[in-house]
Amino acid sequence: MSLAANLANDADWARRRNSALRAIPLVTLLLFLGPVAAGLIGTALPAFGYLPALGGETLSWVPWRHLLAAPGLAESVRLSFVSGLATTVVALVIVILFCAGWHGTRGFARVQRLLSPLLSVPHVTVAFGLAFVLAPSGWILRLVSPWATGFERPPDIIIAQDPAGLTLIAGLAIKEIPFLFLMTLAALGQVDAARTRTMARTLGYGPIAAWLKTVFPQIYPQIRLPVFAVLAYAVSVVDVAIVLAPTTPPPLAVQLVRWFNDPELAMRFVASAGAILQLALVAAALIVWWLGERAVICLGKRWIRTGWRWRRDGWLRRAAAVALIGGFAIAFFSLLSMALWSVAGRWRFPEALPDTIGLATWIGNAERLTAAGWNTLSVGLAASVVALIFAVGCLENEARFGKRATNRALLLLYLPLLVPQVAFLFGAQIMLIVLNIDGSWVAVAWSHLVFVLPYVFLSLADPYRSWDDRYARTALCLGAGPWRVLRCVKLPMLLRPILVAVAVGFAVSVGLYLPTLFAGAGRFDTLTTDAVSLAASGNRRIIGAYALMQMLLPFLAFALAAAVPAWMFRHRRGLRVTH
Amino acid sequence: MRALGILAIMLTGMIAGGAPVALADTWEETVTKARGQTVFWNAWAGDERINAYIAWAGEQVKNRYGVGVRHVKLSDTAEAVSRVAAEKAAGRETGGSVDLIWINGENFAAMKRNDLLFGPWTENAPNYQFVDTIGKKTTTIDFTIPVDGLEAPWGMAQFVFMYDSKSLPTPPTSIKGLLNWAKQNEGRFTYPQPPNFIGTTFLKQALIELVEDSTILQNEVEANKFTAATKPLWDYLDVLHPVMWRSGKVFPQNGPAQHRLLDDGEVDIALSFQPSEASSLIARGALPDSVRTFVLDGGTVGNTSFLAIPFNAKARDGAMVLANFLMSSEAQARKQNPEFWGSGTVLAMDKLPITEQNRFANLKLGIATLSPKDLGVTLLEPHTSWVTALEAAWAERYAAGK
Repeated sequence: MSLAANLANDADWARRRNSALRAIPLVTLLLFLGPVAAGLIGTALPAFGYLPALGGETLSWVPWRHLLAAPGLAESVRLSFVSGLATTVVALVIVILFCAGWHGTRGFARVQRLLSPLLSVPHVTVAFGLAFVLAPSGWILRLVSPWATGFERPPDIIIAQDPAGLTLIAGLAIKEIPFLFLMTLAALGQVDAARTRTMARTLGYGPIAAWLKTVFPQIYPQIRLPVFAVLAYAVSVVDVAIVLAPTTPPPLAVQLVRWFNDPELAMRFVASAGAILQLALVAAALIVWWLGERAVICLGKRWIRTGWRWRRDGWLRRAAAVALIGGFAIAFFSLLSMALWSVAGRWRFPEALPDTIGLATWIGNAERLTAAGWNTLSVGLAASVVALIFAVGCLENEARFGKRATNRALLLLYLPLLVPQVAFLFGAQIMLIVLNIDGSWVAVAWSHLVFVLPYVFLSLADPYRSWDDRYARTALCLGAGPWRVLRCVKLPMLLRPILVAVAVGFAVSVGLYLPTLFAGAGRFDTLTTDAVSLAASGNRRIIGAYALMQMLLPFLAFALAAAVPAWMFRHRRGLRVTH
Repeated sequence: MRALGILAIMLTGMIAGGAPVALADTWEETVTKARGQTVFWNAWAGDERINAYIAWAGEQVKNRYGVGVRHVKLSDTAEAVSRVAAEKAAGRETGGSVDLIWINGENFAAMKRNDLLFGPWTENAPNYQFVDTIGKKTTTIDFTIPVDGLEAPWGMAQFVFMYDSKSLPTPPTSIKGLLNWAKQNEGRFTYPQPPNFIGTTFLKQALIELVEDSTILQNEVEANKFTAATKPLWDYLDVLHPVMWRSGKVFPQNGPAQHRLLDDGEVDIALSFQPSEASSLIARGALPDSVRTFVLDGGTVGNTSFLAIPFNAKARDGAMVLANFLMSSEAQARKQNPEFWGSGTVLAMDKLPITEQNRFANLKLGIATLSPKDLGVTLLEPHTSWVTALEAAWAERYAAGK
């Protein structure tokens, strides 16, 4: 082959690769918002009576009439709405007050290190533990009975599954606090928080007032989308609600999943209408939140103008610390109790510890645990690696062609986190059946991709964008093509954030319940689907084993994400972790 | 009318028995075709012992017949029914995702009514000849619906009450006695929330004792009679709930959840559909050894659970081979063994060869299991239409958050 032809060939290659790169954002959007859009349509049509496969040929209001006549609907709606809003308020207020009271102290950094591991544990794992720790026959009462309480038998009081949903709120809030905390930390890095606060402090403001009046208004816009995501999630959560929410009636989303699974197929119309109601409920919650924001802004401005210094805020600082660390302690205690149950023999109330310890549960369920573990591992890895490829593609596209993601694009990214899962998963399932891949590994991995991608992208975006471009320019000047720069310079230097992003995506995938259930057509067992189906049985030993596996897998992912770069860069001082 | 119906069923049975079922294949052909297939067995998975048994059966069938078995774990059998129905609605006539379902009662009724089942096929399975179709009538009539060879009998069940003899020395002997006891011992009784089948069975059990004329339960429910017939039941529950565990505001979600409450000492009584379940739970360390079993003087509800193959099953032959193995004396004896599961066999001892009978004779009952004599009378399940009506009425009254 002549040199000219070779060069032309190379140029052709480069052009093709470039056009592939240009197409990546569009392909990403299609792959990831396509199921959401198709799913919403596939849910909306049956909601109005149209689903020819089940005999619904015309549009009608009949499903809505049946929905509104369903016993307990109003109570289900109220429960979802109130517990969702309460969860978000509680979690956000604790995080904000703690940051306000303790930002810049040594304890603050320590708490940051404590909370991060909790983030990677699936919601439902914490819920399992909490259900045991708080129950009247649970660990807390076991530790103090009968010597302090006099209880030989557990007292008959309602704690878990209380009609007001307080345990549900507590369980959700405990898990959302680390998330909002880390989001707030990221936002704090974007503004000059330390000096702003110091300035306010020198003017005589107490720590909380200084932070709330000067720093908070700057960072709230940046944590707003995560807050919305928390709100949408809490209003429509299913797996945690199965463990902690009341059942007479259950929250709306749980009721919907039941209806979708009803042997009476006509119930799918009602369930679809309910899914649209769930969507409206999330929208209503977001509107209420938005109104709340207006009110807080209005009152907050007036409060700032009063110039009140609020120096005696020690009690509130301590209260915030107690709430945050108490929540963390309960979560830790919950997870510990699950680990203990997985090796417990006889362990009756009021014994503080099991009579015997053994591996019977692990041995007896080794096969199931391994099978579910492999499924979880393979789907999680596939979804997060594919998500990584798309995320790098989009970010590289942005870096090379200079298009910066707008706020609107960010909203698109958050869309699967804001739309209630149950509202589009049924429709998406129909799409999978039409494609004839329902219940397959590919379908489950794809459904996970939809939820994994936003987290991978968000976690990689900042380090990727702030990578020093001068390295690339130097490499280009030395004669490397842009692809070679990416392969040999940029990606290796970004190995650490890349692996962390994969680990984040993997942790998200491990915890996904509803997408696995719908895309897997009930035939695809992961640790989470298996554990939730066992949750109702209350068999704490085997749930404990599952919970431990749910904790271990993400933990290993994060451990690898830390260990691999450390080992690979052991001879490169410039690439070591400095902080 | 009912007698006529049964006569008709018996006649059909005889005809079916005389002229082998309309199946193209002999059993040998079925076994040959089955090799290499993977059976997606949809079975309720809320109990790890049952799951372990299913896993064991899968291994056996894999080793002996080369048929793979995948346990599709259901929290409610209705999920599988709904999936088959959805596939029919979507026009998937072959290659369906469900090959075998552990089923009975209203789920069977719904599938039979909607032509979602393959068969009749059970008489083709060699081990069906050992099934006790005479002494155990429920093996041919499933909740008043004729089985017609569409599902293979798999296990016998009878409703029993477990109690902790340490905290409850003399258990009540009737539904009304239960209420009196509950009044004196507030917060010590509960039942799983219907539509969980244990909870629904408790409703049926109470209804059979409380209804004026229990024969109407054997026929399809009529809307105008339902209110009057069930009024005593609701009156009963209205009094019972306030003195129950958590004042009847929270319910355990299934049988195993209530066993845990019994183990934790939160309640004194738990319900079960397997007379030997208490013994096997004790053996496993999941219940204290002071737990025993009791039944009611007037008898308790009993039924048979079955294995059915959907009309569009992909691994139909494999499913039949698996079902046949599950009806074998080896699999049935292991199933009856409280160490593994403790569910009663569907086989007739006198039909089995002596060597096979020994498998059962040597089983220990366990300390908390009543002898067949003490189990008393088995009451027939009400017509399945009562179940749906009861569950709906219960939800409206007690699960609507009033």
